[in-house]
Amino acid sequence: MSTFKIDITKDHCPMTFVKTKLELEKLNSGDTLEVLLSEGEPLDNVPKSAVEQGYKVISTAPVSGKTHLVVIEK
Amino acid sequence: MRLTESQIERYSRQILLKDVGGSGQEKILSSKVLIIGTGGLGAPAALYLAASGVGTIGIVDGDNVDISNLQRQIIHFTNDIGRPKVVSAREKMTAINPDVKVFSYNERVFASNIAEIINGYDFIIDGTDNFPAKFLINDACVLNNKPFSHGGILRFDGQTMTYVPGSACYRCIFKEPPPKGAVPTCSEAGILGPVAGMLGTIQAAEALKYILGKGKLLTDRLLIFNAFEMNFRTAVIKKNPECPVCGKNPSITSLQDYEQPSCDIPRR
Repeated sequence: MSTFKIDITKDHCPMTFVKTKLELEKLNSGDTLEVLLSEGEPLDNVPKSAVEQGYKVISTAPVSGKTHLVVIEK
Repeated sequence: MRLTESQIERYSRQILLKDVGGSGQEKILSSKVLIIGTGGLGAPAALYLAASGVGTIGIVDGDNVDISNLQRQIIHFTNDIGRPKVVSAREKMTAINPDVKVFSYNERVFASNIAEIINGYDFIIDGTDNFPAKFLINDACVLNNKPFSHGGILRFDGQTMTYVPGSACYRCIFKEPPPKGAVPTCSEAGILGPVAGMLGTIQAAEALKYILGKGKLLTDRLLIFNAFEMNFRTAVIKKNPECPVCGKNPSITSLQDYEQPSCDIPRR
């Protein structure tokens, strides 16, 4: 089980999930992806889209200011 | 293959789809589709497949652009009148998407050249407007194990089916070309422009689904629509064991040209 990271704080919808999804595709089953994202639209939509496409959201936590960390498992 | 940043943005709306993703887009980019006819059906199919990122697209047409084509053959523009259709089509396809490699064949398909032309492509789209070509394409694809999409339009009506090796072929339903004069051609009966777009676009979607290996193809089904009443229905069709080309004891084992009604297409 490995952990990967992606920073999409500078991206906008739908590239936020497009980039997350492309990273998730590279993972093996059981691996996790730590997604650094901004509050608002990315925080609302990226975890929701990940679940819709069959991934598991493990945790969501604020990091600093408006940035949050979402951990997604494949 | 690795998608570039620009490709990720260009194809983002496809990559977002659960059944496409990055790996599906890479499949599309490395696929090869042949479109026979760049008219009413081939025009929208060529534009959508180029835009979608089909890496290699072959286009076959021996005609030049005529003013009467422009009402429905949306890949050709007014200033293309008189130019070879394949040249006009290729320009628009590469303008939409420089990722796409377009091979043009400025000729008609005949029994003598079709096998060589379809060889090397993963999927064939029949966008022709006459029965001799439709039967020839069917036979060539069956004999060479090539999947293809059949399409036909007239007035407000469209019909389409997809063949993959092992499924019912066009000849399983229609044994042979109709006699001369039995069916009016598009040029005699007319066609509403968007009806061509509807059908050609369905054919492009079938090609992409085949490439992706996702969804339910129109195999063993004939989709029939009437845009006047705006009704769509699919009829279940079965592989015919007596089919002259894909049946148990086929009588057609090599390709032949059928006679073209003389009023149908002017020879240049």
